[in-house]
Amino acid sequence: MSANGLAERLPRLLSLVPYLLARPGVPLGEVAADFGVGERQLRRDLELLWMCGLPGYGPGDLVDLSFTGDTVTVTEDAGMRRPLRLTTAEGTALLVALRTLGDLPGMVDTDAVRRATAKIERAVGDAGAGGVAVEVSRQEQATTAAVREALEAGHALRIRYYTASRDDVTSRTVDPMRLLLVEGRGYLEAWCRRAGAVRLFRLDRVDDVAVLDEPAAAPPDAAPADLSGGVFQARPEHASAVLLLEPWARWVAEYYPVEQIVELPPEPPAGPDGGRTRHDHASSGDGRARVLVRYADPAWLVRLVLGLGGGARILEPVELAAEVARRASRALAQADAVQAAEGAERG
Amino acid sequence: MNLVLCLLSTRQFLSAEKIRATVAGYADVPTDEAFFRMFERDKTELRELGVPLETGRNSGFDTTDGYRIARHDYELGEIDLEPDEAAAVALAARLWETPGLAGAAHGAVRKLRAAGVEVDETGSGPVQPRVRAVEPAFGPLLAAVQAGQVVTFAHRRGGPTGEIAQRTVEPWGVVSARGRWYLVGHDRDRADVRSFRLSRIAGAVATVGPPGAVTVPSGVDLLAVVDRGVALPPVIGTARLWVAAGRANGLRRLGRVVRPLHVAGAGEGTELEVDLRSLDTVARWVAGYGSDVVVLHPPELAEAVRRSWAAVAAAHADTAPREPQESLR
Repeated sequence: MSANGLAERLPRLLSLVPYLLARPGVPLGEVAADFGVGERQLRRDLELLWMCGLPGYGPGDLVDLSFTGDTVTVTEDAGMRRPLRLTTAEGTALLVALRTLGDLPGMVDTDAVRRATAKIERAVGDAGAGGVAVEVSRQEQATTAAVREALEAGHALRIRYYTASRDDVTSRTVDPMRLLLVEGRGYLEAWCRRAGAVRLFRLDRVDDVAVLDEPAAAPPDAAPADLSGGVFQARPEHASAVLLLEPWARWVAEYYPVEQIVELPPEPPAGPDGGRTRHDHASSGDGRARVLVRYADPAWLVRLVLGLGGGARILEPVELAAEVARRASRALAQADAVQAAEGAERG
Repeated sequence: MNLVLCLLSTRQFLSAEKIRATVAGYADVPTDEAFFRMFERDKTELRELGVPLETGRNSGFDTTDGYRIARHDYELGEIDLEPDEAAAVALAARLWETPGLAGAAHGAVRKLRAAGVEVDETGSGPVQPRVRAVEPAFGPLLAAVQAGQVVTFAHRRGGPTGEIAQRTVEPWGVVSARGRWYLVGHDRDRADVRSFRLSRIAGAVATVGPPGAVTVPSGVDLLAVVDRGVALPPVIGTARLWVAAGRANGLRRLGRVVRPLHVAGAGEGTELEVDLRSLDTVARWVAGYGSDVVVLHPPELAEAVRRSWAAVAAAHADTAPREPQESLR
């Protein structure tokens, strides 16, 4: 046995004989695809297997293969009739994935998942799952089931959807493309007829859903989004703002997609201000940061900053900072007016 | 390969000398030293692949240990999946977008295929559940969990101060909850069970001590440990709000619309009830809507929202400075 590429090759060689035994006359191309190797590599593997066998290495001791056209059949197995059991890592990866799917009623056929899980648990023996667990949101079961129904039937959907960036609820007809679970949340990816584009809808923001009778008709060039970089897709039309985050508002940088996080040196001693816990912490380490945040709608950023009680300060753009200051003053003035009116009523 | 075939076929323990004499590939090795080096390396590789290599002696007359592979421990058990079950397995194998777990799941599927089960991994249907971990700490921590090895790392605390502390932890598991990854384990410094958010681990994860040193208590519920740290607080009351007509849609979804309401000093709108779990959180939501909202009750919430607006106004009073180091006051 050569050490070259052994870590990759030996598991494949060990699986090949039982795999071929179970599929007499399988085309070589199919074998190569199933093992994720090229046909040339597969032929080299088979040539090597041909020279393997039991001590004595006479006829009947060696693995024997017969080739007919482009197909292959095992005629002697040298006692290698079953694949190696799963390692702990393999058992964990597969069983935790299955259990995660089992927690997704509406999205998948959880009955089939449960049956498969039980069978695999029995077959893998003591390589059971441990050390990894995934919790998923199961609140939108009815919405998820309706989306799956529409996908399977190839029908369009009517949804009432809350758009957080505009703080608006709208009704739209969409042509469903994919049902996704990303970062623990369910999403519908669909062609939105209202926007005339592919959109990602968070299922927990779908307030109402109906499967329509009309067939789904996403344009043929409607391409699924590449989500490998996360759910939030920075688009060219997005604007950006620079925020200064106080330590107690640092969670913003973990919760929303931000870029260019710059840790800042401790703030020089400041006078009294309206902040809440600003001076509760020791000045060492500090923890203030400057971040760049991208947004689709300025109203969203204004709402975020207005709620953070000075924990986030908009450094740029200045117009947005001015808008936040105006909104805060107007809200204060209104609260005063309401209080005054109440007082007048009571008095 | 020949070594596996040979050791699988034997019930007797075979000595290294016997193996050298009979297994093809070892016979042409010139020196004892080269043979033993090669044999040790092959044994290690087989064990790393999960081949159950047994060591023992056939009788008291044997002077050295021999080797064999028990077929029962080697072979994957019988398995037969219905088409819908095989589809579920294929979907499960595609769940992971994290190299370590994805590779292991594909390895598992390859063995299932070798056992005669048809699992089509290539198809990607319209339902695509995915779980990924982008945190650099994920790989080393999963490896440490599976090896039962103690780890140490720098971890930034959540909350107000965000200070960084070195933690030494007996890792029990990695958990994904609400889209975030956590390490659950016994924190040696604080002598307690804790969860650590992976995104708050700063720098590298180092292992301490030998593998197999960590014992996970039986019946431990990893998700429950994480939930204890991040669960919603209980409802402590109800907030009553006025919201302007057609505005504050996010708040309306969180609460219950009670009736149309006119508030002197604010105007026509709607009365809304919202569950109060944490005063700070609700104050943050409400304050974000500015003059579209008036807090009617409780007074503590009204005061918290007012303080928040005052602080925002103060922080943005001078909207010109570009340098954050300059004090605004």
